[in-house]
Amino acid sequence: MATADTVHGTAGALVTDPIFGRLTWDVLPFHEPVILAAFVGTVLLGGAVVGALTYFRLWGYLWSNWFISIDHKKIGIMYMVLGLIMFVRGFADAIMMRSQQALASMGYEGYLNAHHYDQVFTAHGVIMIFFAAMPFVTGFMNYVMPLQIGARDVAFPFLNNFSFWLTASGAVLIMVSLFVGEFATTGWLAYPPLSGPEYSIGVGMDYYLWALNIAGIGTTLSGINLLVTLVKMRAPGMGWMKMPIFCWTTLCTNVLIVASFPVLTATLALLTADRYIGTNFFSNDLGGNPMMYVNLIWIWGHPEVYILILPIFGIFSEVVCTFSSKRLFGYTSMVYATCVIMVLSYIVWLHHFFTMGAGSNVNAFFGTTTMIISIPTGAKLFNWLFTMYKGRIRYEPPMLWTVGFMITFVIGGMTGVLLAVPPADYVLHNSLFLIAHFHNVIIGGVVFGVFAGIGYWFPKAFGFKLDPFWGKVSFWFWIVGFYLAFMPLYVLGLMGVTRRLSQFEDTAYAVYFVTAAIGAVCIAIGIAAFFMQLYVSIRDRNTPRLRDFSGDPWNGRTLEWSTSSPPPYYNFAFTPQVHDIDAYEHMKRNDYKRPLEGFVPIHMPRYTASGIIISGFMTVMGFALVWHIWWLAALGFLASVGLGIAHTFNYDRDYYVPADEVGEIEAARTRQLVEQA
Amino acid sequence: MSSIAQKTGGMAKEAEPGDDKPFQFHVFETEHDEEEHGHDTGTMLGFWIYLMSDCLIFGILFAVHAVLGQNYAAGPSPADLFEIEMILVSTFMLLFSSITYGFAVLAMQKDDRKGLVRWLIVTGIFGLAFLGLEIYEFSHLWHLGATPMASAFLSSFYFLVGTHGLHVTAGCIWLVVLLTQVGMHGLTHENRRRIMCLSLFWHFLDLIWIGVFSFVYLTGVLL
Repeated sequence: MATADTVHGTAGALVTDPIFGRLTWDVLPFHEPVILAAFVGTVLLGGAVVGALTYFRLWGYLWSNWFISIDHKKIGIMYMVLGLIMFVRGFADAIMMRSQQALASMGYEGYLNAHHYDQVFTAHGVIMIFFAAMPFVTGFMNYVMPLQIGARDVAFPFLNNFSFWLTASGAVLIMVSLFVGEFATTGWLAYPPLSGPEYSIGVGMDYYLWALNIAGIGTTLSGINLLVTLVKMRAPGMGWMKMPIFCWTTLCTNVLIVASFPVLTATLALLTADRYIGTNFFSNDLGGNPMMYVNLIWIWGHPEVYILILPIFGIFSEVVCTFSSKRLFGYTSMVYATCVIMVLSYIVWLHHFFTMGAGSNVNAFFGTTTMIISIPTGAKLFNWLFTMYKGRIRYEPPMLWTVGFMITFVIGGMTGVLLAVPPADYVLHNSLFLIAHFHNVIIGGVVFGVFAGIGYWFPKAFGFKLDPFWGKVSFWFWIVGFYLAFMPLYVLGLMGVTRRLSQFEDTAYAVYFVTAAIGAVCIAIGIAAFFMQLYVSIRDRNTPRLRDFSGDPWNGRTLEWSTSSPPPYYNFAFTPQVHDIDAYEHMKRNDYKRPLEGFVPIHMPRYTASGIIISGFMTVMGFALVWHIWWLAALGFLASVGLGIAHTFNYDRDYYVPADEVGEIEAARTRQLVEQA
Repeated sequence: MSSIAQKTGGMAKEAEPGDDKPFQFHVFETEHDEEEHGHDTGTMLGFWIYLMSDCLIFGILFAVHAVLGQNYAAGPSPADLFEIEMILVSTFMLLFSSITYGFAVLAMQKDDRKGLVRWLIVTGIFGLAFLGLEIYEFSHLWHLGATPMASAFLSSFYFLVGTHGLHVTAGCIWLVVLLTQVGMHGLTHENRRRIMCLSLFWHFLDLIWIGVFSFVYLTGVLL
């Protein structure tokens, strides 16, 4: 079992050194074999990647073409890569939990001590929500939305790059916590007083706070950016009710982001003050109120789950009408359903803590509003089904994910309505039933949607399709794995097993936990198949089977398919004029011809390194604050503010792409299209 | 055939030209168009949205104060601590600074660069006077033992008032940066836009302070 000091989480010295703060050699995980193995593995893998990049002299290319890029498409792809890396990290945590619980349920002690197990489930939740799902969703919105509205970039291209690097900065801090010190042991929302200075003495909570605050600011800025882009930069003719449905969901999501992430920022700032200054916002004595934290964090937290799912609903809507070769059924009702969900998501937060004593009338109100949300969501499902009805459906992998989602999400939604009944919640809250419910909607919704979206828009981003065989392998392992992994948890929850347990007295649960672990292995194979799909597709990218020169491999309906794949950096040589909801489908139907001449100079923003450098200093500041290295924190803060101000002295931010250059790029595409024909 | 498909779409009806008239699928823009369709309006909208998100942060801090504002934990209460006359003076510092910022914007609209710079400096001085009084108040309270650690009421008081103070500090630094940039480049398009953004920011802080003054200080002393 764990030694005394690891149980209480006192990694690092509690005496603060003026130069090194609380940082000592002890914080490296030499005493924990599991973490040490992960550490060595990561160092070797990281070393190999860095070595390969250096050997192939790719650093310069990455820096000047990607890291400092303000092109929304490249930033979108970087978000997706970040999401994928963190998704694998979060999944490693998941499979550790499943295996530990399977072992423990069979009467073994397992390989994770309680303190380590607590870190694993906390890290799993934080990483999957903030650093896997959020980057995926933001990546899609960044890449697709400007193309769908016929814009050349977002409203504030530099801010977009900066937002990305702030998110990456938070992810870096989380990854550092794996090896330098420890992570929080509080669960993903870190309720005080457990997360306060008295009961979380170690640096784990501090990593949590600074990582989330830095990443949260990035998310808020990106929300403002995308919102303004949608309001101000739609192509002429694209009224509100002619926006593609994915843009509508993006709009609602970004409204939710700017109206909820500031709440997270403020709440975490108050908890930070409690931990660093010794204020009494959420303490048990001197007038503090821990319940206030629970309310505040869920006022952000509930909209957050809709921030994740709404754009995914948008992805499914795009996929379902493209692969059914039909206009989306009930566009208007889809728009209103999205808006209603957006509004309702603010008045349901208390259902996360029915048992905390708000009283039956309050619980009844929040239970009712929660159940009402299932009405617009149900309307969406019927719209998708009616879109498929009598359509010419092509079961490409994105469509498979969509059908899998519709079935799985309905089950998750129904258990959600069950949990929304306060008396039922008194029995089920904090149990594995709840865990099964939210994984049912997040995996069945968000994760399936992310894979559907990757399969759908990958050819747009890279000019070749993903191999469908490995896509189908991935899908089937995922969906079977999901049901194997989470259906037993519903049963266990009904039997009364609570969440976050690493040891069990009773071996009667073994069959369920072992089934769940087998499910997790299936999901692991599904993830491996996804990487295999990437590998095979990149290897075979020039075969006629995968290569797409047309820019429109799926017979798409919205504007992003009207340009080449990958799109030129200016997206559209001429700003499109929109006449219909499915703008590109309307163009194709009305004998649209690509313009071949008359190009004019295009106004574009310049690349800038300010975003990555400022975020780098903010990462340093965050790390220094975690370890109480005050001088370094001050240095990091002053450097980031100073560089931010210096950036405003740069007035030379945009340029005109000469008409000749546009003409050359478009002529090259014309030749390509002719060759293909 | 196409018209049937369109009419079922409902939304597209008004966009449909007659059968003889082809659709225009592109905007054939000129350089002149591009200049007119700059992102300036986007910047103002974006800044507005940012201010509203900031407003939400203050909203949370006000809500926290509403919950914790009377948890004195056997420590001092507002009536024991606040010197309302001094707070009134500092309130007027901030109110005057908003008026003088207004004069600065009027000068900018008359292309009066010197007038703009003069009024901006006056605004900055009022802002600094406000900050000076706030620092004096904080150090005075701290000296009395009324620290943020002493009670939940004091925690939320320091945090709400201090967050506003940090915003004013940021506004003052921004003011200096803008004065430098106006000195370097004059009243360019970008600088005008930035002056308008800071104007929004400054008036916004004024508005927040009205809330702080009424809600924290006045009700604190009266109740």
